[in-house]
Amino acid sequence: MRFILRRTAFYAFTAWAAITINFFLPRMMKGDPVSAYLQKNQGRISPEAIDSLRTLFGLDSTKSLLEQYIDYWQLLLSGDLGRSFSKGLAPVTDVIASAIPWTIGLVGLATVLSFALGTAIGGLIGWRRGSRADAIVPVATFFSTVPYFWMGLIAIAVFSTTLGWFPASHAYDKGTQPGFSLEFAGQVIQHGFLPALTLVIGSLGGWILGMRNMMITVLDEDYVTVAQAKGLRPVRVLINYAARNASLPQLSSFAMSLGFIVGGTLVMELVFSYPGAGKLLLDATTAKDYPLMQGLFLVITLAVLVANIIADVAYAILDPRTRQMEA
Amino acid sequence: MTHKRNAFGRLGQTFAMFRNGKSVAGLSILGAFCLVAIFGDWIAPYGPLDKDFTALRQAPSWVHWLGTTHMGEDVLSQIIYGTRGVLVVGFTAGVIATFIAVGIGVTAGYVTGWRSESLSALTNVFLVIPGLPLIIIIASQYENPSLLLISSVLAITGWAWGGRVLRAQTMSLRNRDFIQAARANGEPLYRIIAVEMLPNLTAIIASSFVGTVIAAVLGLTTLAFIGVIPITNLNWGTILFWAQQNGAFPDFWWWYVPAGLCIALLGMALSLINFGIDEYVNPRLRSAGERARAMRKKGFVLSDRVTAVRPRATDDDSTRQ
Repeated sequence: MRFILRRTAFYAFTAWAAITINFFLPRMMKGDPVSAYLQKNQGRISPEAIDSLRTLFGLDSTKSLLEQYIDYWQLLLSGDLGRSFSKGLAPVTDVIASAIPWTIGLVGLATVLSFALGTAIGGLIGWRRGSRADAIVPVATFFSTVPYFWMGLIAIAVFSTTLGWFPASHAYDKGTQPGFSLEFAGQVIQHGFLPALTLVIGSLGGWILGMRNMMITVLDEDYVTVAQAKGLRPVRVLINYAARNASLPQLSSFAMSLGFIVGGTLVMELVFSYPGAGKLLLDATTAKDYPLMQGLFLVITLAVLVANIIADVAYAILDPRTRQMEA
Repeated sequence: MTHKRNAFGRLGQTFAMFRNGKSVAGLSILGAFCLVAIFGDWIAPYGPLDKDFTALRQAPSWVHWLGTTHMGEDVLSQIIYGTRGVLVVGFTAGVIATFIAVGIGVTAGYVTGWRSESLSALTNVFLVIPGLPLIIIIASQYENPSLLLISSVLAITGWAWGGRVLRAQTMSLRNRDFIQAARANGEPLYRIIAVEMLPNLTAIIASSFVGTVIAAVLGLTTLAFIGVIPITNLNWGTILFWAQQNGAFPDFWWWYVPAGLCIALLGMALSLINFGIDEYVNPRLRSAGERARAMRKKGFVLSDRVTAVRPRATDDDSTRQ
């Protein structure tokens, strides 16, 4: 119980910190691009939308900072993130909602796949230490230091422009209506394959190295020797004794590096013109669409938090000690 | 004489973590990049922005070793000048981040109770909040962010990992006998931390520094590539930005392949240094492979089902027996 309470308190604190950063960022902004925009578009924006933008960007100079902060929270709790300047003044929440499933689908799938694959390969290399499999280590290192976006560009140059195997951009063919049809699903897979592959190759190395190093350390533990001495099947020793323990730090570093992974994948979406949150954020940056930028930062941070919570739960399932602390 | 040798011995000890093949290889590559950055003015055959309108988008030749851009600029010279931008920002960010990480991490490890917990929570918040979107938003609000600002922002979003590792290591050091003894002797806190603790943390501090530099280099080139950093700051990411903007993909490979390879090579060099440090901190990482090979030579297979107590009888062994 204590474990759960502590983690809950931590996540609540982090969420609060992210929201507060989001509150102060536009207030530190030089100049006032938002009110300039509002002036230019007078008459096109409804008074309520102007009100919420004023609250979000701290244009109510008559109110104290605390009052602004309370108003800001009220807006967030009612799900109002303002209007997007670059998307025809559509509500920011709607704009983000249309992009976020693509990101979660692509990045989520690629990350989980890469984590699982990397941990498995790393575990095997660690298990067969000293064999020829060690040669994978330098290769993995190289790929983990190549910037994602550059690898994406090379992948496009080779596989889509030169060889023509995969489409170079977008999530589905132009002119197709998104829907639950077999044709659409096929297109999504075809368009998503190259970005996903690049993401997997780019992040695989880190997981392989981490798992290999943990595995080598764990294999020297007495309980592994005992398990082998008992004559247990090697597969059982590998999976239930060594890998299970070695993957614990792997899981916590997964949770901790999510923020970093998300950063890399944002640019990935730009390279592949993939219609996800990252592309949206970069487009918003170029268009100086501040409400959309703020809203995206908030949503991305909260999504990373949720992913962290999931990783925490998985950790608690794999490691009985965290559950024992409750008793 | 003995005193001198002692001093050298100590210096040798301090750098012991770099005395292995991997670290030396990494440091050599890094050193080469540093030389290029320092002597760039002499090495580069042309100025980075010298335009030669008679040689546009040319493939590598003896005149332009890495070809030219759409404006006739020499790609090799751009990469040489770009090295400086990358290294300066990378190291500045690394130094700032290491100072924050040591300050917060060691303090959080040394103090106890709610102070330690709250510093740890602060570290974790910085770990969880995605750095790059934050940097993009901050950088986009400045017309012309300075190198120091970029480095600082990269450092502020990148110190947390080192801080977390340092806290854990300090916590495990705190209750060791020699620290207890120093405390019992009444040594002041700053002396305990500076003289007793920090020497035992050098390896971890070094590896967190190198780690932050890797992250900063990747962050900087990414920011430059997406065009958030002004193009007046020449670095490898800027070259990729220009290449992307001016339709270099996929035909003009000489324009975009070298810059990416340089980023990878620098990252590889820094990772190698870190592997060396890792093996120094955890000797099992180095010896595991060697031990396993030695055992296999003797006929033991470590991952075998049967725990061999003595070498497996091979054919000629059995005839001898």
